[in-house]
Amino acid sequence: MMLDVKDLRVAYGAIEAVKGVSFSVEKGEIVTLVGANGAGKTSILRAISGLVPAKTGEILYKGRNLVGIPPHDIVSAGITHVPEGRLVFPNLTVEDNLLLGSYIREDTAAIAEDMERVFSLFSRLKERRHQEAGTLSGGEQQMLAVGRALMGRGTLMILDEPSMGLAPILVEEVFRTIVEVRKSGMTILLVEQNANMALAIADRGYVLETGRIVLSGKASDLAAMDEVRAAYLGR
Amino acid sequence: MRETLQLLIYGVQLGVIYALIALGYTMVYGIINLINFAHGDLVMIGAFVAYFAAELLGANFPLAIFLAMLIPACLSVAIERLAYRPLRDKPRLSALITAIGVSIFLENFPRMLPFIGPNYRPFPMLIPFKNFTLPTGAVLNSIQIVNILVSVALMVALTYIVHRTKVGRAMRAVSFNKDAASLMGINVNRIIAVTFFLGAALAGAGGVLYSMTYPMIDVLMGIWLGTKAFIAAVLGGIGSVPGAMLGGLIMGICEVVATALYSELGYGSGFVILILILLFRPAGLLGKVKIEKV
Repeated sequence: MMLDVKDLRVAYGAIEAVKGVSFSVEKGEIVTLVGANGAGKTSILRAISGLVPAKTGEILYKGRNLVGIPPHDIVSAGITHVPEGRLVFPNLTVEDNLLLGSYIREDTAAIAEDMERVFSLFSRLKERRHQEAGTLSGGEQQMLAVGRALMGRGTLMILDEPSMGLAPILVEEVFRTIVEVRKSGMTILLVEQNANMALAIADRGYVLETGRIVLSGKASDLAAMDEVRAAYLGR
Repeated sequence: MRETLQLLIYGVQLGVIYALIALGYTMVYGIINLINFAHGDLVMIGAFVAYFAAELLGANFPLAIFLAMLIPACLSVAIERLAYRPLRDKPRLSALITAIGVSIFLENFPRMLPFIGPNYRPFPMLIPFKNFTLPTGAVLNSIQIVNILVSVALMVALTYIVHRTKVGRAMRAVSFNKDAASLMGINVNRIIAVTFFLGAALAGAGGVLYSMTYPMIDVLMGIWLGTKAFIAAVLGGIGSVPGAMLGGLIMGICEVVATALYSELGYGSGFVILILILLFRPAGLLGKVKIEKV
């Protein structure tokens, strides 16, 4: 088991955003958490990477409980988080952004190789390697955020709304990229409002509603279920 | 012409010192949005460290300035750890008021120590004084040369650290967004400590260079110097490293020119600049308005 979340609760003051959620991710899987805005998806991811404290519950990563560990140590443990809104560093060049992705590593030669690998995956980033990231389009920034996450050589990548704010053609490109990344051996936890696309590439899925998991199962089964279709797939 | 060049020499000499001190304000503001009011007092502590190093240990200039950078830098890291970090997630006003408190403490604690006290002290000669007459007739002295060379070297070193090293990249990442930086595996607390360390080291150096030029020191010397350097940081655009350097130079030159025109104007010139910049370009000369793309 790569990731095993047990009875996780996250609260902001008196407001509980995540109300006892349990789910798991196996090595090599793409698992998706889908649900409407405010369902608690982002809070779950932020708790996994240590950005918000878990009120109760356990987050077991390769058997080790991550609750209470600071975010930078969680990155060192092998979890890379592509945050909502991408958060590329706008005043730094594309190259510097990628180098920050490899911040925890010291193997300079391998870092340079990995950067070339990212550039072969996203040729547009290569053309713009000396450009400030803030001058990239939204789609390119998303590519950069994924590329930057690859630079950490983690084993689990968690993606928060990678399709947010992108034109439909770019959304498809982003999802193709995620599939590519999985082929390279990465395990992926994907949070999406675009449930249609997310369930199409995922192995398994969980449906969240106001801080609780209401449905779970094989992604293809979920996509076929009437209540999921009605609530999230627009028919 | 000769007088203009002479004034320019004085102005640059003063300006590079303001720039060194302004860098600490701007770096700390850039990384945690705090106006570190205690920063000016680290200038004073740097001056006193050099004073005691020279008087008690017989230290030469390189050793004196090294200690005057190292000790305030360590002190600044301790201040951040003890006074500012516990308030990091509290309203910004709390940390601001704490900074004023730290400043008052740093001014008054040494004042009651028997070996420091409230009186002015003459600052020792750290380098031999020598005048050089330039072909144009302007006079340049050895202290001015050392001042300018050391300041420029330190600013080049800082620029290199910020733009070409891993820790500099991490500093820029933290200043943009702490969460995003920590997701890169950056230990944000450590990078904030490094920022305080570097800023205070420059302030300590500024204190020594200033005291070599105006060789009387006392525990309150950091107030004025700090205020002017803060104005320089705002003038250049607070948060901007090149802005602090430019702002310092402009402040130094304006002050010297204003003093030459009418000696009472000197002190006021900084505030005139502050008012003008706040009226017409509140983000500062090189300050940027942040734009985010969705």
